[in-house]
Amino acid sequence: MTAVAERPVVVEEQASAPTLPEPEELRRTGSSTREDVLTIIGALCASSATTWLFYFQVFPFEGLIGFVVCWYLVLVVFYAGLTALTQPRAVVMDRIVTTAVVAAPTLIAIALASVVVMTLVKGLPALAHLNFFTEDMSGVRADDPFTMGGILHAIVGTLIEVMIAIAIAMPLGVATAVFMSEVGGRGSQLVRTVVEAMTALPSIVAGLFIYTVCLVYLGMPASGLAAALALAVMALPIMARAAYVVLGVVPGGLREASYALGAGRWETVWKVVLPTARPGLATALILGTARAVGETSPVLLTSGASTFFNANPTQDPMNSLPLFIYAAVGTGNPQMEERAYAAAAVLLVVVLTLFVIARLVAGGRRKKTR
Amino acid sequence: MSGDVATTPPVAPQGETDSETDVPRTLVTRHGGQDRLFIHGSRAIAFLVLLIVGSIGVFLGAQSVPTLQTYGFGFFTEFRWLPSQDRIGIAAVVVGTIQVALIAIFFAIPLSLLTALFITDWAPAWLRPTLVRFVDMMAAVPGIVFGLWVLFVIQPHATEVAHWLSKYLGWFPLFHVRTDVDYPIWNQAPGYPSYAGSAFVASLAVTMMIFPMATSVMREVFSEAPVGEKEAALALGATRWAMVRTVVLPFGRSGIIGGGMLALGRALGETISVVLVISQAFEIKPYVLESGTSTISALIASSFKEASPSQLSALLTAGFVLFLMTLLVNSLAAIIVSRSRSGGVTEL
Repeated sequence: MTAVAERPVVVEEQASAPTLPEPEELRRTGSSTREDVLTIIGALCASSATTWLFYFQVFPFEGLIGFVVCWYLVLVVFYAGLTALTQPRAVVMDRIVTTAVVAAPTLIAIALASVVVMTLVKGLPALAHLNFFTEDMSGVRADDPFTMGGILHAIVGTLIEVMIAIAIAMPLGVATAVFMSEVGGRGSQLVRTVVEAMTALPSIVAGLFIYTVCLVYLGMPASGLAAALALAVMALPIMARAAYVVLGVVPGGLREASYALGAGRWETVWKVVLPTARPGLATALILGTARAVGETSPVLLTSGASTFFNANPTQDPMNSLPLFIYAAVGTGNPQMEERAYAAAAVLLVVVLTLFVIARLVAGGRRKKTR
Repeated sequence: MSGDVATTPPVAPQGETDSETDVPRTLVTRHGGQDRLFIHGSRAIAFLVLLIVGSIGVFLGAQSVPTLQTYGFGFFTEFRWLPSQDRIGIAAVVVGTIQVALIAIFFAIPLSLLTALFITDWAPAWLRPTLVRFVDMMAAVPGIVFGLWVLFVIQPHATEVAHWLSKYLGWFPLFHVRTDVDYPIWNQAPGYPSYAGSAFVASLAVTMMIFPMATSVMREVFSEAPVGEKEAALALGATRWAMVRTVVLPFGRSGIIGGGMLALGRALGETISVVLVISQAFEIKPYVLESGTSTISALIASSFKEASPSQLSALLTAGFVLFLMTLLVNSLAAIIVSRSRSGGVTEL
């Protein structure tokens, strides 16, 4: 990574001489030699063969996990042994660590791929029917075929709840961040401390708070509005904090230039600070939204899982995607489990779409900072 | 127009204008109407937010008063949760919460550390942004999806591993399972009831939830390791691992600890993937491979509906305890990360 190609120094006389200078040959640095490649290939083959022989043939072991663990350990032993034949101990140690450093992300990548693939594959039977997106579950029994029922109510519920939550949390969060970062003065330290502390609030506790205050004490019905309030309470400190971090990155010189040109506080914030921070701000807020979309626990406590379509957030229970999944798994019915997977696939697509939008909005600016 | 700065002439000290006694100019800022509106408006909103979020903490704290009046100090030592007999306490769930979080940390820290090192020091430069993006993307995956995945995909394998561990390493209390381990596993009821829904299985889902956060904190600290020192180590003939061991890891130690603790804070509060996986049992036990455990968040999610007013305030107290635990861990993490040698700010 820190490879600096060494160029042979071309001496003056040589360059001016009529004979062509020998073509410069760049020394390749940091690349692996043939021996390195052969060592790893040899270790891979040897460990696969040895482990297979002893694990399945000699000893009566079974199970894929055991095999992979044994294979990895044997691979490390072979790789270290083969390297030790020609290399000093430091290199052997380096190679052993390299296997671990490569293995960990590989394991996570396999797990992540398995999450996505299993969700899509298991959800496919239900996803393949268009009515899954256009109908609700009212009057549909758990055992009914996939040609009946769908999750329109959950999709619409999620959209409405998250939109209300964002409409509350985003302006308040950004305004608080602007206050903390641009206005300051009396109380800003207190606001910062409390907001930072409340980012530690577990989402289930935010849900329980809204449940107790709104549903039990104030007698609100279980509704989309209550769920949206719970999501907003959860997202508000997170968004305020994220926006504050982004605003802190805006160079102070820009503000000073703006003041020097005679602009006031408001003009500086509105015309200089916020436009400069816009991509980062958008990313932070969209990621906060993605988090709110996938959050189940506040919704679980406050909205009530309905089976019917309801676009009115102030009355009647309103289902949402995470809650639908949770309730469907709870039935223990295989059909409903597949519906849960299908809903999980939809949820995953929604969240990842938001994520991609966030990346596109962030655009080239991110590259500059990296 | 607005934001005019008026300067008052220096006040002459008692007539005697000596050039040696320098009196600083007093700066008086007069804001225009627009600016005054902006400053006071944003302050008002910020204090409204302060009121909203602060009231949650105060409200939760206030709820512990009736709880302690009703259940006394036994609330913290009673491990059973029997609403029908009105005997409730949070000893078991607190222990369960810590168990699940610690096991998840035990898995997540090595994985995050190695992945962060892979991203900063092993991966080729063109691959790095993609890897970073993938880790960020993983952070956005909803907890319920990981819960589903662990419940249906991982649990059958995890129970086999748990069975193996308890069979051969059962003498170690952590791996012990109070069942007949020699009883063939394929003969047991589907789902291996003695091994399914354990703290161990639940912690796998939590691991997936906290891994991205821990990785991105560690990666950010590692990537700020001084390039000059890294190149110096390489120039002295160090292997890549030797360079990482002598430069990157000492530099990033606070990042490792801080990232791990932030992840711990997140793991403590993780709800839905845990609720989905565990079979609830209120018991204090070291047997993490054995079926049955509970966490504070799982307790809240499962018993808020049937709670009487006094039990509801008991649940809120449990939530408050959880919040305090998370807050403590997060604050410690923030202090540790900010004390790192780089002094760099870590975005969460």
